[in-house]
Amino acid sequence: MMNRIDQEQADANTVSTDQLIDMYRWMITVRHFDRRAVHLQRSGRIGTYAPLEGQEAAQVGCGFALEKRDWLFPTYREHGVSMVHGLPMATIFLYWNGRPEGCISPRGVNIFPIAVPIATQLPHAVGAAWASKLRGEDTVTVGFLGDGATSEGDFHEAMNFAGVFKLPVLFFCQNNGYAISVPLAKQTATETIAEKAAAYGVEGIRVDGNDVLAVYEAVKWAADKARSGGGPTLIEAVTYRFGSHTTADDHTRYRASDEVEAWREKDGIERLRRTLVERGVWSDELESDAWERADRTVQRAIDEMLSAPPVDHNRLFDYAYAKLPQQLQDQREEMRTLYGDGGGK
Amino acid sequence: MARLNLIQAITDGLRVAMREDERVLVLGEDVGVNGGVFRATEGLQAEFGSERVVDTPLAEAGIIGASVGLAVQGMRPVPELQFAGFIYPAVEQIVCHVSRVRMRSQGRFSCPMVIRAPYGGGIRAPELHGDSPEAFFVHQPGLQVVCPSSPYDAKGLLLAALEADDPVIFFEPMRIYRAFKEEVPDGHYTVPIGQAKVVRAGTHLSLFAWGTMLRVSLEAAELAKQQGWEVEVVDLRTLSPLDRDTILASVEKTGRALVVHEAPKTAGLGAEIVALINEGALLSLEAPVGRVGGYDVPQPLFALEDLHAPDALRIMHGIANVMNF
Ligand SMILES: Cc1ncc(C[n+]2csc(CCOP(=O)(O)OP(=O)(O)O)c2C)c(N)n1
Repeated sequence: MMNRIDQEQADANTVSTDQLIDMYRWMITVRHFDRRAVHLQRSGRIGTYAPLEGQEAAQVGCGFALEKRDWLFPTYREHGVSMVHGLPMATIFLYWNGRPEGCISPRGVNIFPIAVPIATQLPHAVGAAWASKLRGEDTVTVGFLGDGATSEGDFHEAMNFAGVFKLPVLFFCQNNGYAISVPLAKQTATETIAEKAAAYGVEGIRVDGNDVLAVYEAVKWAADKARSGGGPTLIEAVTYRFGSHTTADDHTRYRASDEVEAWREKDGIERLRRTLVERGVWSDELESDAWERADRTVQRAIDEMLSAPPVDHNRLFDYAYAKLPQQLQDQREEMRTLYGDGGGK
Repeated sequence: MARLNLIQAITDGLRVAMREDERVLVLGEDVGVNGGVFRATEGLQAEFGSERVVDTPLAEAGIIGASVGLAVQGMRPVPELQFAGFIYPAVEQIVCHVSRVRMRSQGRFSCPMVIRAPYGGGIRAPELHGDSPEAFFVHQPGLQVVCPSSPYDAKGLLLAALEADDPVIFFEPMRIYRAFKEEVPDGHYTVPIGQAKVVRAGTHLSLFAWGTMLRVSLEAAELAKQQGWEVEVVDLRTLSPLDRDTILASVEKTGRALVVHEAPKTAGLGAEIVALINEGALLSLEAPVGRVGGYDVPQPLFALEDLHAPDALRIMHGIANVMNF
């Protein structure tokens, strides 16, 4: 197992200054998106939302290290990496607004719909990686998970398959210390998540998830290895969510405020900003410009979500089967008679 | 007596059981420090300690499988699944083991446990949080399935379930967790498993419902009254075993029947109840027994969930179909 967490900030020279600035802008955009989403939930404009504030470095670093052709199998918290990979922000808002359109990534954006049941997406990622291996494609598949997910049987089965069939798959675990209220120490008796990889003949890497460059390097390394037939990697990005598990959760019930504060000190956005300042390529002006740009982008997506036409009732039926059985056609007729074709009940 | 909502009644039931019986322990994801995602176990860890109110790893098969071992060694586990939509990883344990221990060991071992699972839609929760999978478990011999619709029944049925020697799946209607309060006796009392309850008397049609759908059905019964139809509403409360006597007696009285559930209609519990009525009260029927269920599509994201589950309008439509046969 490689443990990169204790090393100094990763070697910033592996990426260009322009790319660094690009990463920084994305991290700000993701944070702004996240904060607006929480507010939208509070004001009743969207439903329960899973915030990621604190995990931007892990997600943006991962997103930057992947190629457009690579496939993502996300959970409910991967808004950041999904955006970087090309998922429109408005789609993400629509999802949290309970709209079926929110599950659809545009053609060419290789992201599978969000998996809500924990760890169930990991075997899918394995199968998808298997398919690309069989077809001789140069594609990497990434299955996303949290630390809690490593307790589920599906995690074990996915890792085992990946190891046995030596598949081009990455398991990208954001270890944010908690599965809702349950801390890592109650989730597993191992000290790290990365060390679990060894049991499956998979390589494990532990990396500082708040260091965007360290994450970038680790994912890049693992993806290159996978592309050249070197098999799977489990990457543990050690990070923290600053807020609650979801907007329906209250993290002050199970976390001490000084713990949260200590992690805020390690904020990945702040760290990258310092690097940019040290390099002499950043200023207060650029900073406020970056936030303004983020605000415009996010606002456009919110407007798009809010002005979406009322949900089409037919969507309840249209995709349940490729060919709708007669009995469901009858039910759809009944629905239309009772409630019409759209515009809410 | 205190006025409690449904979830407070459940907490109270758990507290009473834990005080009376040292073998009772609560286990699940987030049930300890956090008091459960719906706060059903609020305060219990403070009172009974972390050995009896246990935060487990995130592993439903592990939670239920470990409960089997606890139960066969004489403990009384009360595993909580956060949402019924997350019961599926544990289905293997429930179907292959929980339900068969007594049979397989020819009575040497039994597997008493109460598996608590909030179920049903209507709270704008994310995908998969609103499933109604009760029929799967009713179909599995060896289990009892209970689904209360009121605070009083919730506590009484929970305590009865904890006394039962057979495993019980206890579905809690989360849509009405906090919808209303009623008087709930302090201390220990039970509502017997296996008995339905007539919650509204009527003469024209018997409506059978449970859990989440009960209050919607009562609304529909009011609509029907405006048409001059007196609907008798029966809360089944226990889905396995079904209270055959109460069901048949009601149908014999009214001559017409409708079953309402939120789960998809096809092969839902409604089909079983129709068959039961055919077998036991066919000659009393003046019309075919109707069913109003969720549409036969996967539980949708919440923008469509109100369309998916029966509402008073749809139930009224079902009532009219039976009445106008
Ligand atoms: C099978 C299943 N069980 C329970 C849940 C409820 N649940 C949603 S998120 C969560 C915690 C997940 O923690 P972790 O895997 O660490 O990911 P994180 O939320 O921290 O990103 C739980 C228990 C679920 N979604 N799926």
